[in-house]
Amino acid sequence: MTDSPAPRVAMLHSRIRVEERLLCDEFAALGAECELLDTRELIFDIHDPSPWTRFDVVIDRCISQTNALAAVRIFERFGVPCVNPSRVIDACGDKLTTSLLLAGAGVPTPRTRIALDATSALAAVEQNGYPAVLKPTVGSWGRLLARVHDRDAAEAIIEHKATLGSVQHGVYYVQEYVNKPGRDLRVFMIGDRAICGIVRNSEHWITNTARGGKAGVLEITDELSSICTLAARAVCGDVDSPCPAVLAIDLLESPEGSGYSLLVSEINHTMEFRNSIAPTGVNIPREIAQWTLSRARTAQTAGAIA
Amino acid sequence: MNVAPAFSASCECPECAAAVTVTRRPLRGEVVRCGDCNCELEVTRIEPLSLEVAPPVQEDWGE
Repeated sequence: MTDSPAPRVAMLHSRIRVEERLLCDEFAALGAECELLDTRELIFDIHDPSPWTRFDVVIDRCISQTNALAAVRIFERFGVPCVNPSRVIDACGDKLTTSLLLAGAGVPTPRTRIALDATSALAAVEQNGYPAVLKPTVGSWGRLLARVHDRDAAEAIIEHKATLGSVQHGVYYVQEYVNKPGRDLRVFMIGDRAICGIVRNSEHWITNTARGGKAGVLEITDELSSICTLAARAVCGDVDSPCPAVLAIDLLESPEGSGYSLLVSEINHTMEFRNSIAPTGVNIPREIAQWTLSRARTAQTAGAIA
Repeated sequence: MNVAPAFSASCECPECAAAVTVTRRPLRGEVVRCGDCNCELEVTRIEPLSLEVAPPVQEDWGE
């Protein structure tokens, strides 16, 4: 019996950040070839998959969610497994879809209302109560989040979104403000496994590390692991099947009685991790690279059997 | 023991004209920062090193 050749990996990207560089290093350390595919340079002939089927797996590291979704859909149709699958990118790239899937699966999540018109949006804010948070359904890094404390502020934000925003801002995503204890939590998931987590401390109500939040280690409790596994499965579309994705799950601690209950706020499908390796002591890019190669080998085995 | 060959290359920052030095062989598309103006720069060619101002953040960018 001979060893099967190392999987050939393609990494979709739109720029090479520290994360992509670390992933390339880990693929190399694991003996796998990793070819970089800049989405700005790709042309797909949808009638001819042959230029692309040399890859055993595609790992998506695009920062443009639109481009990522388009490219991954094409690769999947060409029979190349992708990390993450397009349905997961679709679910996580849109906060409305994420919230729908979380609520549908019974995952605790902040109270969220959706309105499709500026007048209705104001009513949705008032129904949710103040303070309320308005978020764009697409976007990340804490950009364009607004916490409104009263009707005047809500009217101003909604008018600005209606007047200045793209058509996507016509979907008004209104969420309960959770009075968290100066921090939020992020858990890194590889499939169903919570490999590590961080707390992000900030004096600002937006705690993203991209906005200055400082990362510290988070102990993964059974409760955290359980809620994150359910959330991960939910955005993958089937709570009864193992999660086939690499995800970062953001949680808030909501005051409840003398303690806190956990709420899942967002789920990220191409997470950044450069600031999380040192505090957790976990080689996150190695874990992602190993998972990606295992997906390729699973697909190779299935193909050989077929 | 394999040791990666030393790499060092410099070119002018397209934003502020300061010298930007890269001391590890970069990947095409890699983002580096100018130490003078802090501008994000994208590696468009490795040898000779060429840098362009990295595209600004778009609405659908994220993690």
